[in-house]
Amino acid sequence: MTMPDVIVTAASDAPPTHVAKLDPARVKLAVDNLDFYYGKTHALKGVSLGFEAKAVTALIGPSGCGKSTLLRTLNRMFSLYPGQRATGRIMLGEENLLAPNVDLSKLRARIGMVFQKPTPFPMSIFDNVGFGVRLYETLNRADLEDRVEESLRRAAIWDEVKDKLKNSALGLSGGQQQRLCVARCIAVRPEILLLDEPTSALDPISSAKLEETIAQLKADYTIIIVTHNMGQAARVSKHTAFMYLGDLIEFGETETVFTRPVTRRASDYITGRFG
Amino acid sequence: MAMEHTVKAFDEELDAMTAELARMGGLAEAEVADAIHAIANSDLALATSVIARDSRLDVLEREVERRAIRLFALRQPVADDLRHTVAAMKIGSNLERVGDLAKNIAKRAVVIVETEPVTPLTSSIERMGDLVTDRLKTVLDALASRDVEAAVQVWKNDHEIDEHYDSIFRELLTYMMGDPRTIAACAHLLFVAKNLERIGDHATNIAEILYYQITGVELTDERPKSDSLTPAEA
Repeated sequence: MTMPDVIVTAASDAPPTHVAKLDPARVKLAVDNLDFYYGKTHALKGVSLGFEAKAVTALIGPSGCGKSTLLRTLNRMFSLYPGQRATGRIMLGEENLLAPNVDLSKLRARIGMVFQKPTPFPMSIFDNVGFGVRLYETLNRADLEDRVEESLRRAAIWDEVKDKLKNSALGLSGGQQQRLCVARCIAVRPEILLLDEPTSALDPISSAKLEETIAQLKADYTIIIVTHNMGQAARVSKHTAFMYLGDLIEFGETETVFTRPVTRRASDYITGRFG
Repeated sequence: MAMEHTVKAFDEELDAMTAELARMGGLAEAEVADAIHAIANSDLALATSVIARDSRLDVLEREVERRAIRLFALRQPVADDLRHTVAAMKIGSNLERVGDLAKNIAKRAVVIVETEPVTPLTSSIERMGDLVTDRLKTVLDALASRDVEAAVQVWKNDHEIDEHYDSIFRELLTYMMGDPRTIAACAHLLFVAKNLERIGDHATNIAEILYYQITGVELTDERPKSDSLTPAEA
């Protein structure tokens, strides 16, 4: 009788890192040997992983592990700051997003981002969602209204705001503002959505609504979410990447990572033993 | 073993659940050994004490289950902790069943003692009982020491218990045919043998659960089986 080939995380021979390789045909965004520097600080160390198309990938790890840095490199957010640089490749299709000739404005329409704190513009709900659309496209009024409604519906906030589209977005609750930001993000029809701790400032019900929004959106978008909430990572994602001190320690299917992680460090972190 | 949880109470709760389970293991093992001893030595007092003691296992099983549910609700265990908690619940219910089967053996011991002297008939039962007790002890030791190899050995060797059962079945048939006055006692002994065989199955279940707890992988390969009896005979 042959025994199944198993890795016991408690064993001394458990591997220090374990990165599952995805089927290349299903990868939307491929990070290859990415290093990142804040000045002299080496924040990402040779990170390589794939993000599956039309699926949610969660990035977890203790503060300072590099998960937010990784997210910020994916749409070149760091290019706004002097002294920050990335080496390696981030391939979106045939295009390397780190190449110097990339049009950053167009890139951020393709890869949208929602931040930790809601960032509504001081204008009406309608104009918040239409803002980006007006920048990138020329739509007539009817088409713009359709786009705004569609985006608000997809962000699961339409029913709550449909009767007050002309009201200021600043009058919405924090949870509503965050879903409005998601709507604004998807209104320009990006391919990828980056969510940086999107529920950390929200109450549990608002968080649940945003998680439901994510569940709806993953049918059409590639979503990458940074979260400190382990339960949230387990609930919303298909794949989970655990990072520590700038290294990618473990990457695999979320179910596997949360039931039988391969590496000792991932196991200790998700079970609440360090971090 | 892994390092401690940042939240110490988590460790304490896991440890308390594990300690209750270990107590269950000790009680179940003693119940089985005593039930077999009661049959082998016509010890009515011992049989009665096994019957009386079984309710403690039921209480402990509920306690393990309560602790596990509390852990799920309050700590949301994942990875090793999740498997540990699920395994404790499942092993607890297996041990509770072992206790029920031991109690049933003890009840039959009371009846057998009061009918005919059957010493020659009980020696095979005693041998099978020793084997089953040994398996149970091995798997409970493996549980305490998180010994995957020992668990796999128990799992692989269950067929030896099945073979014993087949052999006792034939032996008792022979006795009953030879001397119809032994039929009542032999019928009870048949049930005793069947109960022992099922205790062996529970030991195997525990080995499977323990394997999953430690490795995260199910033990699904085809296990060697000895099932020579046709359904009609069984």
